[in-house]
Amino acid sequence: MADFEPRIVTFCCNWCSYAGADGAGVARLQMPTNFRIIRTMCSARVDPEFVLRAFSKGADGVMVLGCHPADCHYIGGNYRARRRIALLRMILEQYGFDPKRLKLEWVSASEGEKFQTTVVNFVETIKELGPTPLKKEAN
Amino acid sequence: MTKSALVIGGGIAGIQASLDLADRDIHVYLVEKDPTIGGIMCRLDKTFPTNDCSACILSPKMADCNGHPNIDVLTYHEVQKVEGEAGNFKVTVLKKARYVNPKECTGCGDCMAKCPVKNIPDKYEFGLTNRKAIYIPHAQAVPRVAVIDSTVCMKLTKDKCGNCFKACGKGAIHYDDKDELITLDVGSIIAATGFKVWDANVATEYGYGRFQNVVTAIEYERIMCASGPHRGHIVCPSNGEAPKKIAYIQCCGSRSQKKGWKKYCSSVCCMYATKQAMITKEHGDVQEDIFFMDIRSYGKEFEAYIERGQKEYGINMHRGARVSNIEEDPVTKKLIINYTDDKNDGVSEEFDMAVLSIGLTPPDGAEEFAKTLGIELNEYGFCKTTVFHPLETTRPGIFVTGAFAAPKDIPTSVAEACGSSAKAGAWIVGKDFEPCAPKVYPAEKDVEGKEPRVGVWVCHCGINIGSVVDVPAVAEYAKTLPGVVMSTESQYACAQDCLEAISKAIQENDLNRVVVASCTPRTHEPLFREACRNGGLNKYLFNMANIRDQCSWIHMHAHEEATAKAKDLLRMAIAKACLLEPLEGSEIPVTQAAAVIGGGITGMNAALDIAAQGYPVHIVEREKELGGFARNFNFKEDGVAVADYLADLIKKVNDEKLITVHTGVTVKDIPGFKGNFELQLSDGTKAPIGAVLFAVGAAQYQPTEYNYGKDAKVVTQIDLEKKIEDGSFNGKDVAFISCIGSRNDKVHYCSRVCCASMLRNAIKIKMKDPTANVTIIHKDIRTYGYREELYLKACQAGVRFFRYPVENELPAYDGNVVKAYDATLGEELEVPVDTLVLATGIAPLREEKEELAKMVKVPISKDGFYFEAHQKLRPVDFATEGVYVAGAAHWPKFMDECIAQASGAASRMLTVISKSKYVSEGIVATSNPARCDGCGVCVGCCDYNAISLVEQPNGAFKSFVNAGLCKGCGSCVASCPAGAMEQRGFRNKQICAEIDACLDFPVGGQ
Repeated sequence: MADFEPRIVTFCCNWCSYAGADGAGVARLQMPTNFRIIRTMCSARVDPEFVLRAFSKGADGVMVLGCHPADCHYIGGNYRARRRIALLRMILEQYGFDPKRLKLEWVSASEGEKFQTTVVNFVETIKELGPTPLKKEAN
Repeated sequence: MTKSALVIGGGIAGIQASLDLADRDIHVYLVEKDPTIGGIMCRLDKTFPTNDCSACILSPKMADCNGHPNIDVLTYHEVQKVEGEAGNFKVTVLKKARYVNPKECTGCGDCMAKCPVKNIPDKYEFGLTNRKAIYIPHAQAVPRVAVIDSTVCMKLTKDKCGNCFKACGKGAIHYDDKDELITLDVGSIIAATGFKVWDANVATEYGYGRFQNVVTAIEYERIMCASGPHRGHIVCPSNGEAPKKIAYIQCCGSRSQKKGWKKYCSSVCCMYATKQAMITKEHGDVQEDIFFMDIRSYGKEFEAYIERGQKEYGINMHRGARVSNIEEDPVTKKLIINYTDDKNDGVSEEFDMAVLSIGLTPPDGAEEFAKTLGIELNEYGFCKTTVFHPLETTRPGIFVTGAFAAPKDIPTSVAEACGSSAKAGAWIVGKDFEPCAPKVYPAEKDVEGKEPRVGVWVCHCGINIGSVVDVPAVAEYAKTLPGVVMSTESQYACAQDCLEAISKAIQENDLNRVVVASCTPRTHEPLFREACRNGGLNKYLFNMANIRDQCSWIHMHAHEEATAKAKDLLRMAIAKACLLEPLEGSEIPVTQAAAVIGGGITGMNAALDIAAQGYPVHIVEREKELGGFARNFNFKEDGVAVADYLADLIKKVNDEKLITVHTGVTVKDIPGFKGNFELQLSDGTKAPIGAVLFAVGAAQYQPTEYNYGKDAKVVTQIDLEKKIEDGSFNGKDVAFISCIGSRNDKVHYCSRVCCASMLRNAIKIKMKDPTANVTIIHKDIRTYGYREELYLKACQAGVRFFRYPVENELPAYDGNVVKAYDATLGEELEVPVDTLVLATGIAPLREEKEELAKMVKVPISKDGFYFEAHQKLRPVDFATEGVYVAGAAHWPKFMDECIAQASGAASRMLTVISKSKYVSEGIVATSNPARCDGCGVCVGCCDYNAISLVEQPNGAFKSFVNAGLCKGCGSCVASCPAGAMEQRGFRNKQICAEIDACLDFPVGGQ
């Protein structure tokens, strides 16, 4: 499993976490290349369908990053995201996915460093979990 | 007849001042003596403390300025005469012969290739390289038009040659071009002529000009820069090899009594030297040493930046070490730097290169310029201003901004530029004022039902992207993707020439989608969208792939993986772009009134500036009276007591009919959005407003150190000032201790203002009683700018200075004697005291700031102050539109800085409330009635009450979205069980296309 490079889809809200990811870039904080960011205006825009679609297409992990509680640019969008992700994790588990493959984290616009550690830790977690169960079955 | 405004100087300050005026529909002439705008900032590599690429953040503003329908950019023009008076100036301007018609020149450079005159030192590169007689100043020049240097051109001097005329396919060269005088009618003038770097030849002891490897900081900036003479490879001038050891010599030209040197502190050099050292480390493994007297990191998050440089980057900091001289090894050309180390021993150390941190001086010809404008200069040759009127020159109607008034950094210049535009605008917006007509764009092409035809631009961003990601490979790859009809690389996609190329390609290649792979849409999307509109394409048919901030910058050492990622990101962006549709924003009405939270000096000044342009303002002050923290001040500035100024200011506010003052109340909530907030106060008052300013200030740190409050000998500076003022002070043995509540384990930042007030008080004590023993125990003395005068004066008055190491505990005190280690003497000294003055810092009042912050969703910085939208170029804006910040709520600052920033915030607010409506974003939610079954889940999901269920003729309910209220979060879309709700610009199928484009292909697409 040493050469397993996970493929991770990351949803970032426009106002906090996408800006935090930019902030990590501005500060030149280095991290693994395994993730691809999809920008939505709010973490609450992340339809559960998107997450399931990503997993069904072979993503090894999915991250949803939003503003900190009470800091949502759209008042309470991140609370909705939190509830949806909690439910999604239960569904994923029922289908044989380790719920750790779906991560929700709060990253503010000024938290480039938190973005970096979130990415580093999540890549590490997914490496430990190994490839998506879909791929294991295929093998 | 409506007058225009005149802005002189096209650097960042002039550009910002012009943009703010123009955004309020005031016509602007921007006069620049050079052939391009951009000033010094566009020649810098990176900017502190964010390490943002200077060109990247400035280019959009330059392009904005050049393309703005309300701005006439007059480059290569000079002001010759100013007649008339405020409100009615007649200005004579010399239009210098360019010999190239800007309307015909395409900036292709064919003329330069054929020009036989070489070896003309390139001013833009500070003489590091040569240029031709015909030249375009630099790659990002705006306008990108050639100019002939008539003093060296062979055709113009000897009537030989004419190559450029033959080479120019467009016939843009005109040797018969003549200087011309033109007259402009303007209501007010802003002088933003900036500064010049100090001439390092004066510092003969450092060998500049004699030793090849001694360079000035501004030259080094070009050496580091990707667009510089070495394409971003740092090399020693003597041998072209990468240096292994670099020394940075601070205060070169500043803080000295020597002939030809400047007495003041140039304010920015400590920070830029640290920045240069940090960026150099990213280029390769280099040992770097900075030699300085004090490190002056007084600005927002500067202290943390210096600490990072030292700890994370391993830069060696030599405090209190002024380099006496530099010698050169004549064979190896290496440099021997002679300095005194912290043990007071003389040290000679060899370095490969020395960078002189040269100071800032008044611009060339400042005296003549001042005469032309009829304004006065100060004793240092910069524009004369006062503490209470920091943006006003000595002539009414003429304002100053940026480094022409004093050495200062970019954010301060930007805030002031906004401020001066508020002041200048007040002379123009009278009852006859007619706003400029809106810009007319070409008709948008109909893309309905057409197959996608995508044009792709992949940006090198100098070396920011290109040095990590294989840009040509990414551009080639894009050509293989469905829908793509053209794909090309660009050195700087945001440069004027590329933007024009995009507009043109939309027409010529019949593009109906545009994708740019470069930096972040958060800063650059508006610029590219504008280019699309100029090409007749709806701006929502544009998409970006962020391959810099979120790729090359964070994967600097993984070239292959980063290139693969860039391909993936571009493929995803193109997949989404193919499904984009044209959108229209809706017109949102604006409440043309403002609110200012905080009735201190900052708040009152901002309110007066807004009222001066005819709009009502509410001031909310939680105390019973106006005045804020300045009510505690017992000193004079420019001979005027702060108390008198404050009384006058309060009177002006109370007399102003457009200002409503609410004292003794707090803000309960500020619901709403840009242009349409409601101010709700604790006394039940409700008022509609269009924009709001947070000017809530900060507080003095309440000391617990040194038994303060119990030991009568221990006082704060505010306590001391009161005693001095009422005559009860009679201390004989006075010691000041700096950085109480600043620069320690708990509070990391520097409070900026304490050093100067400490010195002011020390001088006062010495002046009154020369026999008093006054000792200042400090870490650094941070009297930046002209405040350095205080330091000199204090030394001359006999104040003793002990410097203790930054990492040491606070000096010990037993009730009678302070024990302080002095780093200069290298020993601990005992100072008997009858008065111990604590130079207390400024506390942010984080909890109170958080309460307000939550109401409008704005962030707080890690130090507890408000966090602005962009530290460098949007210093008073929040990311949340319609909400602004100024004064000590933003960061500790002096009164003059608060006043200038207040005007800056007022200007930004005026750009919102001076128009009765604006066009909203088009990315709102929309409901498909055919699919909606009226369940109402979306209604409960919307925090803005934008969705309602509307009864249909058949009795069924359908959801309906009010586009004016919708903020475009998309929460309702994700909640809709029927798939009826959609978000324009972020439709389900568009996001799914991104997911599929990401995962349906192997990494890197092969």
